Amino acid sequence: MSETGTIEHIAAPRPHPARQFVHHLAYVLRGNPVTLLAFGLFVLIVLCAVFGPSLVPYNPLASEAGQALKPPSLAHWFGTDNVGRDVFSRVIVAARLDMLISISAVALSFVAGSALGALAGYYGGWFDRISGRLIDTIMAFPLFVLAMGIVAAAGNTVQNVVYATAIINLPFYARVARAEVNVRREAGFVQAARLSGNSSLRTLAVHVFPNALPPMMIQISLNLGWAVLNAAGLSFIGLGVRPPAAEWGIMVAEGANFIVAGEWWLALFPGAALMIAVFTFNLLGDGLRDIVDPQRRT
Amino acid sequence: MDAVEVHTPLLEVHELTVEFATRNGTVRAVEHVDLTLPKGSTLGIVGESGSGKSVTSYAVLRILDRAGHIARGSIRFSGVDLVHASEPDMQDIRGREISMIFQNPRAALNPIRSVGKQIEDVLLRHSQTTKAHARDAAIEALRLVRIARPQERYDAYPFQLSGGMCQRIVIAIALACQPQLLIADEPTTGLDVTTQKAVMDLIADLTRERHMSTILITHDLGLAATYCDHIMVMEKGRVVETASARQVFAAPSHPYTQRLMRATPRPGISVRDLLPDPISAPVPRPEPAMLGVPPLLEVANLVKEYPSAGSGAWFSRLRGTTPETKPFRAVDGISFSLRAGESVGLVGESGCGKSTTSSMVMRLLDVSGGSIKLNGRDIGIVPAAQFAADPDRAKLQMVFQDATDSLNPRFTAFRSIVDPLYRLGNVGRGATARAKAAELADMVGLPRPLLDRFPHQLSGGQKARVGIARAIALRPQLLILDEPTAALDVSVQAIVLNLLMELRASLGMAYLFVSHDLHVVRLLCDRVIVMRAGAIIEQGPTERVMHQPEHAYTRELLDALPHPPS
Amino acid sequence: MGAQGKLVLILRRLSQAVPALIGIIIVTFLLTHALPGDPAAYFAGPAATPDTIAEIRHNLGLDRSLPVQFMVYVENLARGDFGQSISTGQSVGHELVTRLPASLELTLLALFISTAIAVPLGILAATRPDSWIDHLCRFIVTAGVSLPTFFTGLALVYVFYYLLGWAPAPLGRLDVLYSPPATITGFYTIDALLAGDLDTFWSALAQLALPAATLALFTLAPIARMTRGSMLQVLGGEFVRTARAAGLRGRTVLFTYAFRNAVLPVITTLGMVFSFALGANVLVEKVFSWPGIGSFAISALVVSDYAAVQGFVLLMAVLFVLLNLAIDVLYLLIDPRVALNS
Repeated sequence: MSETGTIEHIAAPRPHPARQFVHHLAYVLRGNPVTLLAFGLFVLIVLCAVFGPSLVPYNPLASEAGQALKPPSLAHWFGTDNVGRDVFSRVIVAARLDMLISISAVALSFVAGSALGALAGYYGGWFDRISGRLIDTIMAFPLFVLAMGIVAAAGNTVQNVVYATAIINLPFYARVARAEVNVRREAGFVQAARLSGNSSLRTLAVHVFPNALPPMMIQISLNLGWAVLNAAGLSFIGLGVRPPAAEWGIMVAEGANFIVAGEWWLALFPGAALMIAVFTFNLLGDGLRDIVDPQRRT
Repeated sequence: MDAVEVHTPLLEVHELTVEFATRNGTVRAVEHVDLTLPKGSTLGIVGESGSGKSVTSYAVLRILDRAGHIARGSIRFSGVDLVHASEPDMQDIRGREISMIFQNPRAALNPIRSVGKQIEDVLLRHSQTTKAHARDAAIEALRLVRIARPQERYDAYPFQLSGGMCQRIVIAIALACQPQLLIADEPTTGLDVTTQKAVMDLIADLTRERHMSTILITHDLGLAATYCDHIMVMEKGRVVETASARQVFAAPSHPYTQRLMRATPRPGISVRDLLPDPISAPVPRPEPAMLGVPPLLEVANLVKEYPSAGSGAWFSRLRGTTPETKPFRAVDGISFSLRAGESVGLVGESGCGKSTTSSMVMRLLDVSGGSIKLNGRDIGIVPAAQFAADPDRAKLQMVFQDATDSLNPRFTAFRSIVDPLYRLGNVGRGATARAKAAELADMVGLPRPLLDRFPHQLSGGQKARVGIARAIALRPQLLILDEPTAALDVSVQAIVLNLLMELRASLGMAYLFVSHDLHVVRLLCDRVIVMRAGAIIEQGPTERVMHQPEHAYTRELLDALPHPPS
Repeated sequence: MGAQGKLVLILRRLSQAVPALIGIIIVTFLLTHALPGDPAAYFAGPAATPDTIAEIRHNLGLDRSLPVQFMVYVENLARGDFGQSISTGQSVGHELVTRLPASLELTLLALFISTAIAVPLGILAATRPDSWIDHLCRFIVTAGVSLPTFFTGLALVYVFYYLLGWAPAPLGRLDVLYSPPATITGFYTIDALLAGDLDTFWSALAQLALPAATLALFTLAPIARMTRGSMLQVLGGEFVRTARAAGLRGRTVLFTYAFRNAVLPVITTLGMVFSFALGANVLVEKVFSWPGIGSFAISALVVSDYAAVQGFVLLMAVLFVLLNLAIDVLYLLIDPRVALNS
């Protein structure tokens, strides 16, 4: 029996799944130059974070009073700060700390938030109500203010900045996961999974949740950007990272005092690095969704 | 003057070609379309999905998507060139000279504007009334489409009205300015069969009263033949045949029309007759169940009740008093049975409880009262959440209506089909699974290479086959089919229905066929059960119920079916 | 539905704010009383003996059980007592109340500016896809969510104050030459106008320009994105197609049919935007030395002034709850589909 207008016979053998993935990755990157750019920048940032400290020309913590407040030159590409440290080295090295903070915070909140949201969206009932209350309470605060409060109360450490950022990011994942799971709960394929003998939990984990992932991918990427901004904002007002550590936010804070006097390079370069990093994560969001979503495959 | 008017057709389309700019280049949606519509006549444009029937009418009104444009051809309306008319001129014509109504009436109305105001907008726009009289004119328009208590309905919002009522509002908006031509694009898809008849009769009456011309776009050849003077059949963007309705239905000349005609379920034929190439072998039937053998499925006094909603009810329950609104009974104590190998149809309009009943029998939904006995064991007492682990799980399977919705978008066809085998069929991953999947694919006529494709890479018919393969993987005793062909083109439906009949015979399954399409039920089912408002109105052998219905409601359902000229 | 029905819905929404407020009070209490760290030791100072610390702990009531402390806390709140600020010596409540108008003036002006730009931008971008204005909108949106607020503020100061000299020095709400007008609303701009003092008005506005612009740039992006997205979705909808097919004019379709439907999701997004705005407020106040509650909180943080920080967080949260309440009530009034039994 044949149907009108359909391609019926394909001679190609079934390719290996890993190679399929690489092909798909290359296809996505080729199709969208913006994604390619974002991916490239992301790789650059990761390289700075991993290899930066070993490759920078100057010791980021070494101060040299005689070299203070020098504008950008061949010797110091980004100039020097008020105690003579090389701004370029500090900007590159700061990538590691900022990435560590944001990645750990986002990982924590993704795992906890999506689990919470998925369970609440699938099972409903009292669990949904209680977790909803919890999320609503967190969301009742302006999020940055809540992060300030948590770090202030728990102690002014980098670890607490990570926890605070994780807590304020949790509601996003919980809500998106809950909504996406809820929408698919009554879908035909979910019912079919139940008919095939999948238990409730198995249906949720194997059938429903993977379909909820693509929208959450964008969320993760946007969140990475936001987590970086958050951490930088907190250190800008003196919470979390302390001098002389190199971190983009604290560098901008230290450089802020010198802007009015015209010494712009202390604040501009770390600020620009911050901007590029966040920009990259935002652009990456769409690309990530393309990779994860099979409907984008040819 | 009169002679000239009679001879000038209202709408003349000549060599129309419409192209769309897509990512993969320019696509021709329609080409070389010729159409002539005299005043006061009705034309039906019939075709399957992708035939270009809607695009043609969008081109007439010049409301094509941004990516589409008229590449060639002419469209003349009362002698006026529509292809080169300016946008302001077109805006004057739309609604006043030519009106269009679409599928899905509730979505076609502005959700946050009262329906009366929406009618007023059109009247005022085309200067049919003044601001002072607008409200009265709108109420009059509501009365014209036979809406009871139009003054009250004036302030209603679309979400407060039923689907049929919304479609009447849409018609009222379309006819408010007394246009000469009405284009109706699938106006009854998604509506119940009785509502469909009411809407089509209304359109027919109103257009006849005003000597309007109508173009009815539909995929249903029977519907077009019933309500139209002439029919134009389209396939893949071209017109294949244009003739009077009687001629198209009785003696179609083009092979495509013949195939379409043959595939349309209608009385007096068997399921084999739907196929384009007639197969001489008769419809396969399973071995007749022996007398005295207990029924496979016995449903007794089945009830599904939903507690009354709203905070008022919660509050009164808290106080210990009964809430004012009674709980809602979706299924109100029904009883029926099914023998092994039998095919029973469960029909009714939306809201009758047939889907709720099938969900309960499938154990996807908990039972509020009554029993469901499978091979003598009451499976209704097992909660739905725990039935996945029940030993009887494999014996009850389902084929879903929307194949797109019922396949996991992240699973290949192979993975979807073998899921029940992994879970309940004791099949491990690897060669055994692939062999079994290949076997099932062959049984349903799915080409083996398609097993590695994702749902979005498959056609509607292919997805339907995957759904069927998955459902029969465990060789169930009872298969519930919930409108399995409703979303398919009629030619694909013919093939799938035949496939279902062959599988029933070869695997000895019983079928419970849930549908609102009485023609299809007549072809496939030995017995039929008619439901309405949660209760069984009538049940019995298909031939008897269809030809000598005992209950008035059954008669009403049968009368509402389109009756093409024979 | 009738006015009475809407009133019931509004009352119900108001009552839903109560659990939110309770949650806020509990969380702010837990932040300072249940987390690690001994406030008594901080208050006593590094040189204190264990006896002094114990005495201070007793004075502050920190040696009682947690539930009792909570009751005391709530009682104090009910009386408007937010505690004493150790950095300024004044009551926290007094400090917050006197500084609140400065923050509100800044935030409200910024939100007004950003909405006035973002909404038309989003509409234009949606109605003219792939045009220059669409690309501009998308660029602003992506850039806007990437820019750190404190960085934009500094950049604006550098360009408009240091390089161009157009903006005044970022040193507060008014130039040193002027004195604040008589307090009616606490908003210097409005009070100056009410007093008829135009010089003071212009000075206040000039000082407001850069900080408000910074904050506005930050809130512009999400509003523009939401407006554009919502308009695109609505314009692609079926009822817009029906309206066009009925020959309604472009402007009618755009405003009466499309925009009114599109604005609903935008209103609900405003809640999120307020959350970001109140947070960004703190950063902007630091950059521009703006004497609002944000900079008060920052200086309190540095000296571990717990009462002040707690009061700040509580006030911000209450503000946020009230703002969300206002948004939800607005939505209730506009959308006719919200019904009693939904």
